[in-house]
Amino acid sequence: MTSPDKPGVAAGRRTGRPRRRRAGAGGRRGVPLPLLLPGLLALAFLLLPLLALLVRAPWRSLPDQLGSTEVWQALQLSLISATAATAVSLVLGVPLAWLLARTDFPGRGLVRALVTLPLVLPPVVGGVALLLALGRNGVVGRWLDAWFGVTLPFTTTGVVIAEAFVAMPFLVISVEGTLRAADPRYEEAATTLGASRFTAFRRVTLPLIAPGIAAGAVLAWARALGEFGATITFAGNFPGRTQTMPLSVYLALQNDPEAAIALSLVLLTVSIAVLAALRDRWMTTP
Amino acid sequence: MTRSVRRTRRMLRLAGAGAAAALALSACSSSSDSSDSSGESGSTGASASPKLSGTVTVFAAASLKEGFTTLGEEFEHRHPGTKVSFSFGGSDTLAASITGGAPADVFAAASAKTMKTVTDAGAASGTPVTFVRNQLEIATRPGNPAKVSSLKDLTKSGLKVVLCDKTVPCGSAARKALDAAKVKLTPVSYEQDVKSALNKVELDEADAAVVYKTDVKAAKGKVQGVEFPESAGAVNDYPITVLKNGRNAEAAQAFIALVRSADGQKVLGEAGFLKP
Repeated sequence: MTSPDKPGVAAGRRTGRPRRRRAGAGGRRGVPLPLLLPGLLALAFLLLPLLALLVRAPWRSLPDQLGSTEVWQALQLSLISATAATAVSLVLGVPLAWLLARTDFPGRGLVRALVTLPLVLPPVVGGVALLLALGRNGVVGRWLDAWFGVTLPFTTTGVVIAEAFVAMPFLVISVEGTLRAADPRYEEAATTLGASRFTAFRRVTLPLIAPGIAAGAVLAWARALGEFGATITFAGNFPGRTQTMPLSVYLALQNDPEAAIALSLVLLTVSIAVLAALRDRWMTTP
Repeated sequence: MTRSVRRTRRMLRLAGAGAAAALALSACSSSSDSSDSSGESGSTGASASPKLSGTVTVFAAASLKEGFTTLGEEFEHRHPGTKVSFSFGGSDTLAASITGGAPADVFAAASAKTMKTVTDAGAASGTPVTFVRNQLEIATRPGNPAKVSSLKDLTKSGLKVVLCDKTVPCGSAARKALDAAKVKLTPVSYEQDVKSALNKVELDEADAAVVYKTDVKAAKGKVQGVEFPESAGAVNDYPITVLKNGRNAEAAQAFIALVRSADGQKVLGEAGFLKP
């Protein structure tokens, strides 16, 4: 890439990433060694375990391993619940992100910190906390049970709740960051022209931050798909109802490591495929 | 519209930044509870001195936690200069990390089947011996509000029962007992180890669980035990062995000797275990 970037060409090009133009001649300088070596080491560190998974995979018995109905049940449940958890996160998380970014209320910083808490909470602790809140004997769950006869633990809804609990913060933080960086003047212009604040949000802000929402949703979905600790603690483990893919990987590892590797491969393939598909559809400029 | 293209690109960059920030904040810790505590052994196998020292690393089934912790303190008391470091967890998880090369000196499993995976992998030195046995019991809420008196009662409608997963010893034993009683039971969950099955009853999320006698004892009144006759046909043997990968073979032998001695058996008996 040695062609000089002419502004007109750059703006007119439909594909490719935006490249920040450096001052001076835009040629590649040599990469400094103190950056190159650790960088390559980091890359190796991240890729090696995945390669090991591929190398040690039981390719010959793979078809048999994946032929069982339990595997398909778990995979189906995983995809459905992760998608539902992402939907819940979108419906509730985007408005929260907007509140955090666009309104000023006392203690906003504290609220923001609390929202990010599930990101750093050990998932099992999150699961126990959910039990204490929404379980049959929980602070809120007790009334759900008494008034509506609804118990959440050990149900598929419980799985979705556990996944949304750990995944929603990703979306909120991601969307809030985008909103903060977005220019509020577009919204203001819309309101001066007579649009209500909600209309301005719906018609101006949402399209503006759509890529940020998409990025956050993909992150949240991936996190929900891989959720283990909170799920097994809050929703338990029952094939077809609450046994998601990570749970079946963990339990397979107990007595059949080969099956566990096979299951991990499936999960890996599915997440890569979905992320790649979403990337092509959402993450590039139309 | 070049401007809109440029704006979208700027937004994309922002989206990326937001996503990156979210990622940077995340801490995806998986919930594994087997800690690899490697023993810094003072004495090597070469110097066969009767004086024990250094750390003995013991991997033991979760159900042994109370009894073994007491015995570990006793061992340190008897052999000054030694330290017993425990890793308690599901037998299978422990077995998997042992065959994966975890540096442990002693392995005490909750079933012969789990021990077999370790001996088959050639990770044990010598032959494992059974040192205690454990019997199943039904754990219910204190006061037994669900009026459970037999395995059959667990199938009452509206009763939430948890079992251990069939991959862990307490699960396969429960399965055996249920088959012997010809009871068809559908639990709400197959838990990953016996302690989490017990926790569900303690937290009142489940009405009953099939666990070990020792677990009911260890819960100290937070659950109530109900004995059932079929448990006699599904008693678990607990084997114990010294491991090849360990770094403190003499101390490991001494610890096993303590576990099998009359004093050790007394402590384990108080925890609810049966004699081998």
